[in-house]
Amino acid sequence: MLTTTIISGLVLGGTYALIAMGLTLQYGIARIMNLSYGEMIIAAAFLAYVLFGQWGVNPVLGLLVAVPLGFAFGYLVYGLMLRPLVARAASRESLEIDSILVTFGLLFVIQGAMLVAFGSNYTSYNYLNVGIDVFGAVIAANRLVALGLAVVAGGALYLLFTYTLWGTALRAVAVSPRSAPLVGIDVNRAARFAFAIGCGLAAAGGVVISTYQTFTATAGVVFTMKALVVVIMGGVGNILGALSAGLILGLVETFVATYLDPGLTLAATYLIFLAVLLWRPAGLFGRSSR
Amino acid sequence: MTLKSFGSVLFFLVVLAALAFLPFYAGEYVVTLMIGMTGYVVLATAWALFSGPTRYISLATVAFFGIGAYTVSVLSETLPYVLVLLAAALVGLVVALVVGLATLRLAGVYFVIFSFGLAELVRQLVTWYEVNITGTLGRYIFLPVTSDGIYWQLLALAAATLLFSWAIGRSRLGLALKVIGDDEVVASHCGINIAGVKLALFSVSAVIITLVGAIQAPRWTYIEPSMVFNPTTSFLTLIMALLGGVDRLWGPLLGAIPLFLLFEWLSANFPNHYPIILGLIFIAIVFVLPNGVLAAAERIFSKRRGVTVPAANQGGAL
Repeated sequence: MLTTTIISGLVLGGTYALIAMGLTLQYGIARIMNLSYGEMIIAAAFLAYVLFGQWGVNPVLGLLVAVPLGFAFGYLVYGLMLRPLVARAASRESLEIDSILVTFGLLFVIQGAMLVAFGSNYTSYNYLNVGIDVFGAVIAANRLVALGLAVVAGGALYLLFTYTLWGTALRAVAVSPRSAPLVGIDVNRAARFAFAIGCGLAAAGGVVISTYQTFTATAGVVFTMKALVVVIMGGVGNILGALSAGLILGLVETFVATYLDPGLTLAATYLIFLAVLLWRPAGLFGRSSR
Repeated sequence: MTLKSFGSVLFFLVVLAALAFLPFYAGEYVVTLMIGMTGYVVLATAWALFSGPTRYISLATVAFFGIGAYTVSVLSETLPYVLVLLAAALVGLVVALVVGLATLRLAGVYFVIFSFGLAELVRQLVTWYEVNITGTLGRYIFLPVTSDGIYWQLLALAAATLLFSWAIGRSRLGLALKVIGDDEVVASHCGINIAGVKLALFSVSAVIITLVGAIQAPRWTYIEPSMVFNPTTSFLTLIMALLGGVDRLWGPLLGAIPLFLLFEWLSANFPNHYPIILGLIFIAIVFVLPNGVLAAAERIFSKRRGVTVPAANQGGAL
């Protein structure tokens, strides 16, 4: 029982870490608070569902379709909708407000499109739904695949950001958007890339989630919320923070669902969120700037 | 009192009286339409009451609206109607105080995020409670309140909200709010209790929104968490207030009336594509009218008269 709970918690936490990394890039580097993030996740989940159901494409291969599509979508959205807002914003606060409002509108557009296309029913498909024995606990194989994908994607991203010049440039924008141009970094390009990578990660998260969870066209809000909580827990723009905070949240939720009540997981998320806001507003691993 | 302000007070009273007599000469359909419209006028005005001056975007409108409706459904058979409304207002106040105390001292974006998920949290908690403790999901409301009665109550609430909003704008509290909205650092140096002022206004706004939900609840006779905690309500309120302009007394009202009629027409004619159109309209408003219709109209009029006024608050959406 305990082993099962811990492993399913890690699986869930791995998924949260994956989607939260995308959001932390968007908010930390591109300075866009993207409220439609969860809808992008669900859109990718539907894409994986169609690919698997209609053409029998394995979700792991589906990632190769979904992630570039998500990246392209993010690139377009940033260029068409968000770039004009960045250009007219007088301060960071006004950009934050504008981006929240515009992405809130985008949330309804994407959600509406999904409702028209797929209806509001619970959707799922059967992929690798066989039990595998792990340390004496039986876990569905699709969950292990999901954990593996999250670890690979998250690890690759972490290495990319820590050890390449390109990743260092993006982190520099996150730390100090004003000084970055002084050393020859194109902040606009960095922001656009960060936003697009964030959407690519959302797509990856959506495909991973679709392999082991049921989802609906209106479930995006919950994913946005959880990703936001993880981002704030880990510290905005902090990839390693998002990774560990995601795992913590996944474990807490699974323990609450197993030992208390599955209906209380969101309440547990909120409790953690409140606690972090009150005690460590800069994130669990951040230095307080206030 | 000058002649001009006397004239506007008289005009306000005449319009109010004309609206109050509406059920006697208009049909049932018009009254139903007016209930919805008056409801949104109150919601948008109450939303702007807090979010206009402080520039905190609350996405929690429907959380309070739903709390109001649910409180009525729970208590309608045990308490007299007036006490039920009072209880609803009290519950709304307590939730607003808890949320406000936890988030209003922090940067605005934390408040937005928290309010964004609050409706979902309350909905899940209510659902959990109903399924596990009471064993049913839906509730019936049998109250001897006619639709005319609901309309009159909402109209009174609308008048009270507008009056309150007007009074706040002229009080010390209103001045403090304007300073906070312009520059928090300056405000704190002037000795303004920033957190206290924000909390007070957020609570008042939340109580009014809770009352709208409570008053409208008897219309449905049967309610379920997914009905009263529908996020579209928060979204519509936000669009209406932004379209009209949040830093003017009549802004939210002028945004609410045309948009409500438009949304009624859209939901009747394009029920499936409704959310998409809604989202696109909203994005267009943020892009084209960042300060609302009234501000844009004032700019155009002053240009025509040959007066150049500096466009206030360039770039900010609120």
